[in-house]
Amino acid sequence: MAKKRDLNRRDFLKITGIGAGAVFASGLHLPFAFGESGKQDDFYFLQLSDTHWGFKGPAVNPQADVTLKKAIQTVNSLSVKPDFIVFTGDLTHTTDDPKERHARMTQFKEIVKGLNVKQVYFLPGEHDASLDEGAIYKEHFGKTHYTFVHKGVHFIALDNVSDPEGAVGDEQIKWLKSELSKIKKSAPIVVLTHRPLFDLMPDWDWATKDGKQVVDLLMPYPNVTVFYGHIHQENHFKTGHIAHISAKSLVFPLPAPGSVPKKAPIPWDATQPFKGLGFRSIEEETGKVGEVTEYPVVKA
Amino acid sequence: MKYLMSVGLFFSLTLFSTFGWSDAAPTPKTIQISAKKFEYTPNEIHLKVGEPVVLEFKSEDKKHGFKVPELGLVAVIKPGEVTRVPFTPTKTGRFEFHCSLFCGSGHESMTGAIIVE
Repeated sequence: MAKKRDLNRRDFLKITGIGAGAVFASGLHLPFAFGESGKQDDFYFLQLSDTHWGFKGPAVNPQADVTLKKAIQTVNSLSVKPDFIVFTGDLTHTTDDPKERHARMTQFKEIVKGLNVKQVYFLPGEHDASLDEGAIYKEHFGKTHYTFVHKGVHFIALDNVSDPEGAVGDEQIKWLKSELSKIKKSAPIVVLTHRPLFDLMPDWDWATKDGKQVVDLLMPYPNVTVFYGHIHQENHFKTGHIAHISAKSLVFPLPAPGSVPKKAPIPWDATQPFKGLGFRSIEEETGKVGEVTEYPVVKA
Repeated sequence: MKYLMSVGLFFSLTLFSTFGWSDAAPTPKTIQISAKKFEYTPNEIHLKVGEPVVLEFKSEDKKHGFKVPELGLVAVIKPGEVTRVPFTPTKTGRFEFHCSLFCGSGHESMTGAIIVE
């Protein structure tokens, strides 16, 4: 049986020894206080996102071939192991060549085998799945949408990229409705997806075509948090009571929504390698709200 | 009475269509736009308020999209087909558009703008 953890954020960072490089999400409290039984075990998990394995662009990231590997070293250095890790899409950088896509996915899988964790969940991004409606992705990683329950928290992974128009689609929405009907209203729910489910910046394709339908289905549930990727930076937004939190990338950062006329990767800063990149932990403590902590690629 | 009203309506419609007595809308101007990985040509379209246009898209390679979120315009551009998007600008400004169907590694840069004067 896993040793029961009793740590708060500060203790956690002390244990990991990377607190100096971490950036806290200020005032973020997640509704993980109680499971369906009213009691649940403590745990935390990690979100890694937008690794774009196969990307080449020296001006943007001259170390693109080692960034993921360095992040894995940092993850493996955590003294308290996460219960699981989730990758929220764009595991690989897109290619028109199906053979090359296979190769990139194979290489990616080999690399993440180095993660010292029991369970890893994957989600597709548009770079993985939009050109062939997820066909090759499914061969390597299985289903593109699914649910699982971990220590009383209901996780729902949604696919809003296999449709090249960036939609969830009627079939999956029907499935979501059915899955939600099996969950108690008071249960904590975490939705994992790639694109934002709200119109963050439609001019930059930072939206989901039918995201509102998904959010409407989630609205009756008071304890929902959405973690997503796609925009290569941390962003916090609320639709009603539902928090939507995006992850940093592990290849290159993108500018803040609408901050520049044209969306383009932020150039590499040789004085601060890996600036703007990283991963995060999402913590849950019995009887307390969960917290989100941001980590750099490399230990400070 | 009903018969007389119908006859009257028939003559009215005939007169309008024969002599052009209605305030018929001006014939929209057609603007041809080519789409290919990863650009539109032209990628800047200049229009005038109140002047109707038809944006006529052709794809030179694969399926692309066209989306102007601020104007609510959206279309799918399939190879071998002409996609027509009728539109009458009602306000001035610069309205960004982009490919709304992920089309490959340069997809994010497949953008343009409608400039309404």
